[in-house]
Amino acid sequence: MRTVRFLLEKEFKQIFRNKSILAMILVMPFMQLIIMPLAANYEVKNINLSVVDNDHSEYSHQMVNKVIASGYFRLVQTAQTFNQAMPKIESDQADLILEIPANFERNLIKEGNQKVFVAVNAINGVKAGLGASYLSSILRDYNEQVLMQWVQGSKIPITPNISITYSNWFNPSLNYRFFMVPGILAILVTMVAGFLSALNIVKEKEVGTIEQINVTPIKKYHFILGKLIPFWVLGNVVFTIGLLVSYFIYGIVPVGQLWVMYAFLFAYLPAILGFGLLVSTFCETQQQAMFIMFFFMMVFILLGGLFTSIESMPNWAQVVSRFNPVSYLIRVMRMVVLKGSGISDILPQIGVMAIFAIVLNTLAMFNYKKTS
Amino acid sequence: MWAISAINLKKTYGKEATVAVDDISFEVAKGELFGLIGPDGAGKTSIFRMLTTLLLPDGGNATVLGLDVVTDYKTIRKKVGYMPGKFSLYPDLTVLENLNFFATVFGTTVDENYDLIRDIYVQLEPFKDRRAGKLSGGMKQKLALCCALIHKPDVLFLDEPTTGVDPVSRKEFWQMLKRLKDQGITILVSTPYMDEASMCDRIALIQEGKILSINTPQAITAAFPSPIYAVKANNMFGLIQALQQQKEVSACYTFGEFAHVIYKEFPLSEIDMKNYLNENNLELQFYSSIEATIEDCFIRFLK
Repeated sequence: MRTVRFLLEKEFKQIFRNKSILAMILVMPFMQLIIMPLAANYEVKNINLSVVDNDHSEYSHQMVNKVIASGYFRLVQTAQTFNQAMPKIESDQADLILEIPANFERNLIKEGNQKVFVAVNAINGVKAGLGASYLSSILRDYNEQVLMQWVQGSKIPITPNISITYSNWFNPSLNYRFFMVPGILAILVTMVAGFLSALNIVKEKEVGTIEQINVTPIKKYHFILGKLIPFWVLGNVVFTIGLLVSYFIYGIVPVGQLWVMYAFLFAYLPAILGFGLLVSTFCETQQQAMFIMFFFMMVFILLGGLFTSIESMPNWAQVVSRFNPVSYLIRVMRMVVLKGSGISDILPQIGVMAIFAIVLNTLAMFNYKKTS
Repeated sequence: MWAISAINLKKTYGKEATVAVDDISFEVAKGELFGLIGPDGAGKTSIFRMLTTLLLPDGGNATVLGLDVVTDYKTIRKKVGYMPGKFSLYPDLTVLENLNFFATVFGTTVDENYDLIRDIYVQLEPFKDRRAGKLSGGMKQKLALCCALIHKPDVLFLDEPTTGVDPVSRKEFWQMLKRLKDQGITILVSTPYMDEASMCDRIALIQEGKILSINTPQAITAAFPSPIYAVKANNMFGLIQALQQQKEVSACYTFGEFAHVIYKEFPLSEIDMKNYLNENNLELQFYSSIEATIEDCFIRFLK
């Protein structure tokens, strides 16, 4: 244990002398948490709309105004013909074309129904899909409004109507940031811990210091512990900074207890660090380690449930995400921060992380050879 | 019992089985300063790495202090000091921190074995709070030697300790090794510099993984079989060309500002040499019989 203490002392000295690592640990949480949640947003706004109004009636004007007033659309053009509007889509200046047929108002009143045409630029699938559905819901709304005007006084309802009232549990105001920030914090902790540990043993290999260490009587598990503990501490530091940032900037106060999150982190960090160390023992240069970690990080993040929910992934991806430690952290973070889950709710996740940690670190220890 | 003994040691690398160490056998007595002399790529580092238990041999076996390098590696690691050819201390720790670190991982302290490193450490003392990465080449080597010595090893392995170090520091370094030897430490040292060979008790000349000769430096040079002369003329290139045409000459090559000439049997007299060179439009400036150096022996073994 004395050896581990000296290894730790050495490791911490090296970390505190490495200005870039310190900057990464302190600045990254701030930057990421301040910028990312503001920019990464599911809500689609500023959809560029081009309107081809062949009717020029009161109804058609009313309808277009209603669409613009929703705040999601920006009128970029009022074209005479559809062909005139099309170049706007081709040059990516417009996302949607709404074409209102001639005699829209007359036919609507006379025949009781009328069709409008919506052309969607589907290059950006999310924007196109959401834009089209926003537009159609606004038009439906307008449709109801028109119906209401007509049936005033009449006692017979024309269509049966189910109106829905929402109550959003755990995030009543549907604040997007409450959902994103804990997830981003999870990614952040993972990145810092994963990359630092992956690059560390490789660095000793590159500099050649491992050669000197290998001829000493230091035991393998001492060496691995000496690498694990400093980054475990740093992971907790980054996490704490992140929680403070999300409290002071976004006013996010976890509903659940703080120690529950730290309890999970206690098991989670060794798992991630073990993975980093395992990568580290396989690589010869920091460049190799960097690329391998990058590959896994991409998979971890994209299949981690930060941006897209795991439940809506195909079956195989759901199976993969079960082996993805990041998905557990993101889930636990949201459970505790938004829902206030207690320790008993996240015990299964802690258990899985403990298994991950033991397996990965054991592998790393066996794969770290003092003799080649 | 030998301090180090290697028997038919063998190491190959890669799929093509490039032979790095080919059936090498040698012994080093206790308290001996033994040199492995050979050019880059001769297999010196591979031998060191096998003896310091960092590399598993592919054939043969070796013992250090009577302990097998494969089975008793744990005990060996406690008893030997190793200084790799490449500087391998922590560049971001200071001189003192490096020293303390390596002392503690061996379960000792700097104070405990201070007398062993005192001579070397006094030169480092003014820089003790400087980061190791910022030291000069010679200072780095001294620090590395201190770190390899700090646990009072019985055997010291020094892989090319003077490569890339200035001549003055090199000389100092070898004096330090002599003093360590006097304290009873067995030292195995490798170097590509032939002039350093004479500082060793015994040397092994190595080339392409094979030992060419093992003996004391004096015995190796004394055993040089042919007459050898140093020659100097006004034009080195012309001189070498001319000498190669001479039928009594078996070999000639440049050696600093001189050319070394090895005769088959009978050396030319100074007059004959002068006349011969004149015929080739060269002017003789220096001509004398010399003692063969280790380098001369090495070149002869390579032929």
